[in-house]
Formats: sequence, C-alpha cells, structure tokens
Amino acid sequence: MTPVSAELDRRFRDAAATEHLLDVAYDLVDTPVGLLLVAATERGLCRIAYDAEPEQEVERLAHAFGVRVLRSARPIDPARRQLDEYFAGGRQHFDLAVDLALQADFNRRVLRELARVPYGEVVTYGELAARAARPRAARAVGTVMNRNPLPIVLPCHRVIGANGKLVGYAGGLERKESLLRLEGALL
Amino acid sequence: MTLPPFERFYDEHKEEIYAFLVRRLGRERAEDAFQETFLRALRAYPKLRHGEHLRAWAYTIASRIAIDEHRRPRADADLPELASLDGRPAFAQLEHLADELPPTERAAVVLRYGYDLDYADIGAALGSNATAARQAASAGIRRLRRKERR
Repeated sequence: MTPVSAELDRRFRDAAATEHLLDVAYDLVDTPVGLLLVAATERGLCRIAYDAEPEQEVERLAHAFGVRVLRSARPIDPARRQLDEYFAGGRQHFDLAVDLALQADFNRRVLRELARVPYGEVVTYGELAARAARPRAARAVGTVMNRNPLPIVLPCHRVIGANGKLVGYAGGLERKESLLRLEGALL
Repeated sequence: MTLPPFERFYDEHKEEIYAFLVRRLGRERAEDAFQETFLRALRAYPKLRHGEHLRAWAYTIASRIAIDEHRRPRADADLPELASLDGRPAFAQLEHLADELPPTERAAVVLRYGYDLDYADIGAALGSNATAARQAASAGIRRLRRKERR
C-alpha cells in the first residue's frame, strides 16, 4: 500500500486553509519554553496551549469554534515567526490579530488592557483591574490571567502580586520567570 | 455518536481512501482525487448530523470523484481499465428507494450498484469484510425489489 506522502498531506492541509474551509487551523510551535499548540480562526489567534495533549485540545477547539479543526502550518506561520523573533530577543511587541469573540465582556476588557502592558514591565493584579475600570476586581483579574487563552502573546506573565511575588502562572512559575528574565524584568 | 473534529476524521481515513483511489486511478491521478475528496468532505462536514458511517461516507465521496476522473479524457494510456458501470442504469431505477433502507444495507447497495465498488472495498468501507458486504447488498436489493413491487 502506498502511503500518503508528506507532500500530498501538506498540500491538502494548505488548500483547506487557503480555501477558507476551516473553523480552526492549528500547529505545534517549538520554543525555549516548550512545545506550544497554537491555533487560529479566520479572525485571528484563538489559543496558545502549553504542554497540550493535541487530541484533547483539538476536541476542545472543535467544541468551542466548530468541527472543522485541522492541523495546517500555513495560517500559523506569522505567529510562529513572531514567537521565534520574540524568543531570540528581537521582538518586543506582537503584531497579530486575536480572536476573543468567545470571551465574556469583562475578560475581554481585561485581556485588551493586558495587551497594553509593555515588554519588560510588570503590573500588579490590582493595577490591571483598575485599568479595566474595576479597581476592586484584583481576584477576578487573577482568574482571567489563569484562563488566558493566549499566553505569551497576551502577556499575563507580566502580572504579579502586590507584594512583588510572581504568585502564579497557568504554564508554571518557571516559565513565568524565564519569560520575565528574557524581557529583562527579572535579573 | 457526535461528529469528531475533522482532524480525526481525516487522520483515520486518509490512508485507506488514498489506497482506494490509487487502485482506481493510478498514483498520479489519485493525488488530485485525494485532495478533492477531502476538500469536498470538508465543505459538507458541518452539515453532518452525527458521526456514524463516516467511513462509508468518505468512500462514497471518493468513489464519486473517481468516476468523474474516469470520465475525463485520459492523459496516460497506462492507467487501469475503466471498471464496468453496467450496474448503473438498473440502479438508477431503484436509487430513490435506497434512502429508506437501513444504513448498512443502504451504504452497501449504493457503493456496489451506484459506485461499482467491489465487495472487498465495500467491506473495508463498512468496517466489516467482503462476505458481510455481499450479504448486506443482497439483503438491500431484496428489500428494494419488495418495495418496488408495492
């Protein structure tokens, strides 16, 4: 039996994206903080997952965005390139469309504010809550950070406790530390 | 059974569908037919109401595309011979009734008489074997004949 060649497989996956037939395209991206599963809809980036079990993550994406989920490298290429540049120290700002359509209003507002926290700086949960016009919602902001669908690109690693401690990170504190160190916010 | 993400459907069926198309069309034409099969499946996928008989569904699309490919002028004289489509006119008279058959019989009848698959391919499509496929097709045909007489 002749197996499907890598070339034929890639051609189909490219064509599916080029013809706009996908609800979600995803691919795996290798970075210094591990293998990331990066997914995008036609509107923009919708998921970056650390330590993803691809099969489970694909089920989750299908449930949230629609069943036409397919691994396809091409739609993820811009994100892959910018992540490479970021980890090489040559990029301080991501220029990528994001799809936050499924986020609740409050979460979306907080995530939009989060996107404005500059490279190499940190804010506290309380400050970020204040910027999102909910000064008393520090704890709720913590929950939004914990469920951030797009870590790294939406920089929840730049949000720390009022006492200066790193507090927590859905991808693990080690990663939070290494991202802040990369940006020069930690020595 | 809920519809799986397309990635899983594609991953589970791509090899056997490709092998089927290579047998029908030769390797060169099979590549285009393969891409067309899964693009067509992708277009129709969100309209499916459940995840049953996906394999038979994939074979149905691939068979249809293989037949269309056969009808196109041949660029390469070494391609396999066009399979006989003698069963088709008879089937056309029964086709409108096939929708009422139980799913396995219907798939077997459509793939045998509508798309001229052999029983080994139909067995593969239905997740059984050639003997079971032959039995399902003849049970389906008997049922259709009874309906036609009514």
